[in-house]
Amino acid sequence: MKRPGRDDDPDRLYTVTGGRSRSGTDAFDLVTLVVSESEPTPGMQSEHASILRICRSPTAVVEIASDLGLPVSIVRILLGDLHAAGRITARHPRTAASADQLPDPEILKQVLVGLRNL
Amino acid sequence: MDSATSDLTGTRPPLRSTADNGLKIVIVGGFGVGKTTMVRSVSDIRPLNTEETMTRAGEGVDNADDVPSKTTTTIAFDFGRISLNDRTVLYLFGAPGQERFWFLWDRLFTGTLGAVVLVDTRRLVDSWYAIDRLEQHGMPFIVARNDFGGPHYSAEDVREALDLPDDIPLIECDARSRESSKEVLITLVNHLYTLSSSARESTT
Repeated sequence: MKRPGRDDDPDRLYTVTGGRSRSGTDAFDLVTLVVSESEPTPGMQSEHASILRICRSPTAVVEIASDLGLPVSIVRILLGDLHAAGRITARHPRTAASADQLPDPEILKQVLVGLRNL
Repeated sequence: MDSATSDLTGTRPPLRSTADNGLKIVIVGGFGVGKTTMVRSVSDIRPLNTEETMTRAGEGVDNADDVPSKTTTTIAFDFGRISLNDRTVLYLFGAPGQERFWFLWDRLFTGTLGAVVLVDTRRLVDSWYAIDRLEQHGMPFIVARNDFGGPHYSAEDVREALDLPDDIPLIECDARSRESSKEVLITLVNHLYTLSSSARESTT
């Protein structure tokens, strides 16, 4: 089995997204957690249906890309479609960067506690 | 229905339904330095692999017939994840340090808490470029040297070879060990905490 993605025919990726190469927004971070709000319906584009199945429990954008064997940018476009149709919700990261771009000390404290408890 | 899902997700256990905050840490290093090994040591899941592509217009005019050249950049990266509590999930990315990777940094790794530069003391030169780029991006990082045996260099030797300022932690590790890899992450987050709290104090 070859690793998906890299050698894919660009035409296939073009078809998956209906010709779009950019998502309208960069709203979906690699680690935005996506949750399905509905089940797949008959006749739905297969990638959309797969995403709805994968995201029955919260799943990061990057995990979806890995499961589908598609580049992250393509997955962002597909997620944009589903989000616009109200079929998924997105839990965006709360890194709460301060003005100087460093992460919030409170979040870092939580991370330390979590790592020490591993 | 459920089997259809596991066809897609393999044996990966699902996240808790309360999970709502994904965080990122990036492990950068040259080929064969142990990035994936470290991700595997601490991850709750078997490391996964994905990739990103980006097409850029060529810079400058570099061919005679005036056709703008385009370059497609593809980078592949491994990742794993650690559920820290009911709501917070830490994603660890193992990323190649080579030049083309940095074109995608902003697109993929904006909002990253910090980075670990994993080095092999037999090939320290491999990490110079990554350290330069992290500094340019203003991304806080620590350096962890993966112990491959071989000649022992003192921390001072390594610090000097990397031109690493004293305030950036440099630690030894064994990427195959869960405890050791955990310690690397804790050292990074402690460093971030120090930077972040002192930045807050100086602004208030």
